[in-house]
Amino acid sequence: MSTNLADPTRLATPPTFQAVSLSRRIKNGFATALVWGAFLIAIIPLVWVLYTVVQRGFPVILDGDWWQKSLSGLLARQQGGGAYHAIYGTLVQGLVCGVISVPIGIMIAIYLVEYGGRSKLAKATTFMVDILTGVPSIVAALFIYTVWITYAGMGRSAFAVSIALVLLMVPVVVRTTEEMLKIVPDELREASYALGIPKWKTIVKIVIPTALSGILTGIMLALARVMGETAPVLVLAAYAPFINYNLFSGPMASLPLMMVNERNNPTQAGFERLWGAAITLVLIITLFNLLATVISRVLAPKTK
Amino acid sequence: MAKRLDIKDLNLFYGKFHAVENVSLAVPPKNVTAFIGPSGCGKSTVLRSLNRMHEVAPGARVEGKVLLDGEDIYASTVDPVEVRRTIGMVFQRPNPFPTMSIRDNVVAGLRLAGVKDKKKLDEVAERSLRGANLWNEVKDRLDKPGGGLSGGQQQRLCIARAIAVQPDVLLMDEPCSALDPISTLAIEDLITELKKEYTIVIVTHNMQQAARVSDQTAFFNLLGVGQPGQLIEVDDTEKIFSNPGQKATEDYISGRFG
Repeated sequence: MSTNLADPTRLATPPTFQAVSLSRRIKNGFATALVWGAFLIAIIPLVWVLYTVVQRGFPVILDGDWWQKSLSGLLARQQGGGAYHAIYGTLVQGLVCGVISVPIGIMIAIYLVEYGGRSKLAKATTFMVDILTGVPSIVAALFIYTVWITYAGMGRSAFAVSIALVLLMVPVVVRTTEEMLKIVPDELREASYALGIPKWKTIVKIVIPTALSGILTGIMLALARVMGETAPVLVLAAYAPFINYNLFSGPMASLPLMMVNERNNPTQAGFERLWGAAITLVLIITLFNLLATVISRVLAPKTK
Repeated sequence: MAKRLDIKDLNLFYGKFHAVENVSLAVPPKNVTAFIGPSGCGKSTVLRSLNRMHEVAPGARVEGKVLLDGEDIYASTVDPVEVRRTIGMVFQRPNPFPTMSIRDNVVAGLRLAGVKDKKKLDEVAERSLRGANLWNEVKDRLDKPGGGLSGGQQQRLCIARAIAVQPDVLLMDEPCSALDPISTLAIEDLITELKKEYTIVIVTHNMQQAARVSDQTAFFNLLGVGQPGQLIEVDDTEKIFSNPGQKATEDYISGRFG
């Protein structure tokens, strides 16, 4: 006893704790290698794509004309001109799609979370949204082609593209909004009811503001996604190398469509336009993603 | 402005489950009534039925009458939103609105009811925060978010929010169960002050708390799992804790239950 007191490092009994066993160290090393391997496999193509796009496209977009001029009047092999017509098309088609999709999507989500409960209509709606989520963009495009152009007799136009994009965007908006509304604690709804605030006002003034940052982030990400869609623009709008401000008639360019078009142009000018359009599209989508982050930071409920 | 509540033959259901059976009880004005009893005995359910919050849960149903100064709040002509405006509630966990500042939280009930007059809202905010003994702690940061306050301050903020709409009755569902003893003491002092103006019903798991703050105590019990909860007895708090009329009450209060 006294020796133990004098020398606390000397143990009276065999030690309870041992070093990490060899087999566990091997398993740990194996798992670490797997995780790192998977990470590298995922990151290599990403970096490669970015490198290619930046290397080939970046010199093109440094030219001020790129952002201000169209390709109107230029021959395929002539260099110069810009992507203004395609940038305009991509933004305006995405915007019109967003203006239609966002209210529809948010209202569906409000119905599902706040009113639907476990009713048959709510279940059917959820099922439909699930199916719509899985519809490939080419199918949405062909559906709009059939309904809007073949049956309704309208021409191919930017607006037709927008409504095809609506089919792709609504389910994404419904899903993200639904998830965001679900995580708003019921206690806040009850606190509001207990103040004598009616249900609709509780939803508009308490529930939605609480979930707003998440909802807007979802909308921004959905917009970024639909703006890169190629099938609807291929099927529903003809390419135009000039600026067309009219949504409802005539051909209108967009960045994916410009890329498809310039891929058939074997000259150096075509190569430059192709990669210029590619990096422009990547930049626009990145911008929307950044905007989503900023919005969610600014609007998130604060504690300080 | 404080009114009396009379509960007559109240039966409460969640779907097919009979949660509470045949409760009759009178709550006098400007008085604190405490509901005590084991978990699951239905005391919170009864409390939530007093401002028609029970029916917010899916499938929840109410039979019987709750009279506020003689007027049945469950009459078919009564708007539940009006009932909740008249009978306020404070919840177990503090739940300030996270998107609103301290001031906006307090006046949320008025603002969302359409009051726009800034001067009036500021007056109400100050009066309510003073009423909830929170004014001195937050007067310099009224524009900061309510979520940044401590748990006890948040709960007093919720009480300020509830009294800002000047209800006739204030219901409190275990308002101190998430708080430390010092914050609990602050809330208990507040309850004693609030009863000068309001009729208060409080659910509590803490029997000392019931003994400290209430004038009248109602003991609820459960005969068995799956059986509806019942009101065993209601009497002056002093009597319940010194000389209860029922053996079940005495067993519960002295810790001989289960």
